[in-house]
Amino acid sequence: MTKKKKNPVWAFFASVKLALFLLFVLAGTSIIGTVVPQNEPAQFYVQQYGASTAAFMQRLGVPDMYNSWWFLGLLALFCLNLIVCSLERIPQAWRLVTRDNLATPVDRLRKMGIRKEVLLKHPLAEAEKEVASHLASHGWKTGRRAVDGGTLLFAQKGAWTRFGVYIVHTSILVILLGAIIGSPTVARKILRSPNFAFKGSVMIPESREADYVWAFQTHEKINLGFTIRCDYFTIEYYANGMPKTYLSKVTILEDGKPVILKDGKTTHYLKVNKPLTYKGVTFYQASYQPYPDFIVTLKNETTGATRTSIIPAGKQINWPDIGASFGIINRETLGEVVRRVKIWFTDNKDKPSRFWIETGREAIIERPSGNFSLMTKQLYATGLQVTKDPGVWFVYVGCGMMLLGLLVAFFMSHRKVWAFLHEEKEGETVVLLAGSANKNKLGFEKRFASLVGSLQR
Amino acid sequence: MNSSQLFGITTLAYLLSSAFYLALFVFKNRKLGSVASLLAIAGVLVQTVALGLRWYESYQIGIGHAPLTNMYESLVFFAWCTTLFYLFMEFRFKARVVGAFVMPFAFVAMAYASFAKGINQEISPLIPALQSNWLIAHVITCFIGYGAFAAAGGLGLMYLLKKRANNRNLSAETLTGSLPELRVIDDLIYKTIVFGFMWLSAGIITGAVWANEAWGTYWSWDPKETWSIITWFVYASTLHARFTRGWSGTRIAWLAIIGFIAVFFTYFGVNFLLSGLHSYGAS
Repeated sequence: MTKKKKNPVWAFFASVKLALFLLFVLAGTSIIGTVVPQNEPAQFYVQQYGASTAAFMQRLGVPDMYNSWWFLGLLALFCLNLIVCSLERIPQAWRLVTRDNLATPVDRLRKMGIRKEVLLKHPLAEAEKEVASHLASHGWKTGRRAVDGGTLLFAQKGAWTRFGVYIVHTSILVILLGAIIGSPTVARKILRSPNFAFKGSVMIPESREADYVWAFQTHEKINLGFTIRCDYFTIEYYANGMPKTYLSKVTILEDGKPVILKDGKTTHYLKVNKPLTYKGVTFYQASYQPYPDFIVTLKNETTGATRTSIIPAGKQINWPDIGASFGIINRETLGEVVRRVKIWFTDNKDKPSRFWIETGREAIIERPSGNFSLMTKQLYATGLQVTKDPGVWFVYVGCGMMLLGLLVAFFMSHRKVWAFLHEEKEGETVVLLAGSANKNKLGFEKRFASLVGSLQR
Repeated sequence: MNSSQLFGITTLAYLLSSAFYLALFVFKNRKLGSVASLLAIAGVLVQTVALGLRWYESYQIGIGHAPLTNMYESLVFFAWCTTLFYLFMEFRFKARVVGAFVMPFAFVAMAYASFAKGINQEISPLIPALQSNWLIAHVITCFIGYGAFAAAGGLGLMYLLKKRANNRNLSAETLTGSLPELRVIDDLIYKTIVFGFMWLSAGIITGAVWANEAWGTYWSWDPKETWSIITWFVYASTLHARFTRGWSGTRIAWLAIIGFIAVFFTYFGVNFLLSGLHSYGAS
């Protein structure tokens, strides 16, 4: 240990007591935000808790407590504590790893909890070779040194595992660094570049495109630098009426031209859990908005003429090029979703037909002038969440480091084996074997016993 | 035979197993312990078959997903994990009487799943948000952790009971005489917490990765997420207290119990008392 007096500020931040205190305080204060609903409009808190309590809450930032100055301050303090604590202890661990274990006094070996004496009927030099090769065959590569009265051999395994806990500590810092890099607030206020990292959303009606998104919270418009088009949106249902799939077919456009994506295609099917990433921007299927309008495709099976257009309900549409007039005169809905529509249809010969058809399915209409195929589909807008998070890979690397570090810190140990050999009589060598482990002592004791046992045989 | 009948048999086996473990605790007859272990093993085997069968049944009705998606299935899975973890512990550390403090958790979970009001036992289709391969990884990692923490909580309780009896200088012949030595319980609590902490961390991480795939945010301070990190903080401080301040015995036993309360709230309380993304408890 260093003899010079520690700076009291440094000592404060290096203390485990502070770490324990911060862990308890972080755990305790985190509860608040699970009980008080977060990010509601100011009016909500007044209604729920009364004007004075609400004002007090606003001052403490409770409505957005995980971003409040004091909570972020606690996290910062926690990081500082983590860094100082680790810096304070890493040199100690380093000394344990690099220690000259061949300098261990033989008397100390005689006092170790795990030790055993073995008699080999060989002279010292030969016995030494035998012990060293026996240990080596079990993965213990020994170093040797001639000491007073004999020879000392030493080998260790897993010395580096003493750093496992610091891998965990570093991983937490890496994760938080990733969170800072990916934070829209940092991008906006500190980097002054909202495009660097953002979270937002955009509603795109079918057949329309967007080259911007609206940022969450600030409601700023953020330009993407490219265009995304919604080709169509559809909902599939289970037999019991529960939604099964929300699906958007989208195309990325640069300078008005479709871009070929990594999979070699220009279109991509966006589903929940199946996002699309392009130029660091990720699109997630998040919501949808049904419209009262319909996309109608009508084909004259006799002439082959086809036409597709967006039309409103309740209006007569005349398409002379197809040779027909039609309109949507009734709807059967489930919520805002139209399941069936009633069609009025005429080819201007004979009486008009009236009939129900399912949306999204092709229907064949038999008329005096020939057959028509009609398809109606309700017009939707797809709601996409759009995220650019350049820090997410830091977070993932940090998570991987954490699991690795925990594995090392808890389940791997630093094990040492010494062997002190001295010739007691001519041609007879006494071997004192001793060992230690910083974790799982019981397991090590068994290993040690079998190591020694097989040497005796 | 369908899966729910098999789950019924499992519940009965866990009830009887708990009863025999408690009898072992009270009467200290070794035979009772063997019966208790056999019942727990039989129960967990039947339950394994039942889980597989329920998975198969879900494909037969054209839904097809792992049985890990609603409150009923999660309780059943919790009971399975807890029993498996306990049996592993019994096998490894030969401390049979611990079952008296752990198997009741498995039984209560099964019984609550089967008999409580408002718990839907039907196999229901997956909403789009749950249709992900991360579902299985996330649920399994979390629940192995929960199972371990349930065991740690039971051990903590056991430690405090034994300690109290010791403090009153009661002889070894009394009720707690059949319990392992305090030193042994303390070591088991520590090992169990370490194991659970590893899996809880993995559970939080798989959840974060999944959330990022589904919603574009790996962390959104939703109540379930927040409570999981609270639980993580509690166990992290427990481990630090032990490693660096040398805490052991009564204080660690209490922390094991407090930790399990946090786990219980994360798993259960959040679903029923708070709202958020993990509202599967409502169904």
